[in-house]
Amino acid sequence: METESQNSNQILNNQSTEISTSTETEQISHESTLYAEPIAHIGNFTITNALFTSWIVVLTIIIISIAIRIKIKKIPKGIQNLFEIIIEGAESLCDQVTGNRKITNKAFPIVFAIFLFVLINNWIGLLPLGGLGLIETGEHGKMFIPLLRSGTADINGTLPLAIFAVIASNVFGIITIGIWKTFNKYVNLKVLSEIFTKIKKDPMIVLTAPIMFAVGFLELVSEVAKIASLSFRLFGNVFAGEVLLASMSAILAYVLPTPFMLLEVFVGAIQAFIFAILTLVYFTIASQDHDEDHENDHKEQVHEIVGAH
Amino acid sequence: MEISTLAKAIAIGLGAIGPAIGIGMIGAKAMEAIGRNPEASGKVFVPMLIASAFAEAIAIYALVIAFSIK
Repeated sequence: METESQNSNQILNNQSTEISTSTETEQISHESTLYAEPIAHIGNFTITNALFTSWIVVLTIIIISIAIRIKIKKIPKGIQNLFEIIIEGAESLCDQVTGNRKITNKAFPIVFAIFLFVLINNWIGLLPLGGLGLIETGEHGKMFIPLLRSGTADINGTLPLAIFAVIASNVFGIITIGIWKTFNKYVNLKVLSEIFTKIKKDPMIVLTAPIMFAVGFLELVSEVAKIASLSFRLFGNVFAGEVLLASMSAILAYVLPTPFMLLEVFVGAIQAFIFAILTLVYFTIASQDHDEDHENDHKEQVHEIVGAH
Repeated sequence: MEISTLAKAIAIGLGAIGPAIGIGMIGAKAMEAIGRNPEASGKVFVPMLIASAFAEAIAIYALVIAFSIK
């Protein structure tokens, strides 16, 4: 026991370089915590394992995309073929949601980047590299801290993604339908002003316009709800998956976690897909102009009636 | 056992009932639709996922409440 604790102390002394496995000593405990554990400090800035993993993911995506970009050719060959199939499939899937190729082309780079980031993050947390980590002395004795933890298994990883998605959808709305129409979705001054212009034609507008104005504020609340549901869905699913795998390994290691591992691979893909598709849905909703739609419908109906005669 | 632990369990437990029924119904109807028209499975899949994601969001609100109970 003496030598073992000395060994651990040595490991403690040069944490940054030493790699140790959790099975070495029995006293070292590891729990799946709700918060990402810190692995290093730069000044006041704490680097958690989730942040570290996110950097690895970003580097992976950058390196792969540059490698493909350099070798890109008119006539695809090898790995370029594979990625062209993926991109084509993803674009046609996006078309189903947006129903308009122009919107798909504009929103696709952001949505697909989010998809890749979340997907690789989800899967990197499942890699059997759990033995890679540091040993630190915490409140309850020695703690094992893994170096790799999905960036999406940390609320600080998913919340910025969700905030980015919602803000980007509104910016996209401003670009496509203009700042005045986007502003009127939330603070509906247009409807209020229509009380004065349309009151002769339709007296009921005095009642309907304030309701429409109140609905605008509900939209504002629903933007916040979007952020909450996007971030907590992803975080909840990925973190619950990690806890599930850890508890299954505690019951019967190697045999019992295997089917759940497969399930988690599936869940990781589905959650990345849902996050990306929902982002795309928000982009589509933001780029749609409701007034114009009604007017166009009306015009088409008029055309049809005229044509019938 | 502390009473707050019970409160957390009740919050997520009761909050998950509604979305569970909702997702079940969405899945059942989607299966039915694919059964009636197997060629439309590609078209059914994406709206089904979106609808179940919206239903699931309610359970996530319950999860947030469960986490926030101290």
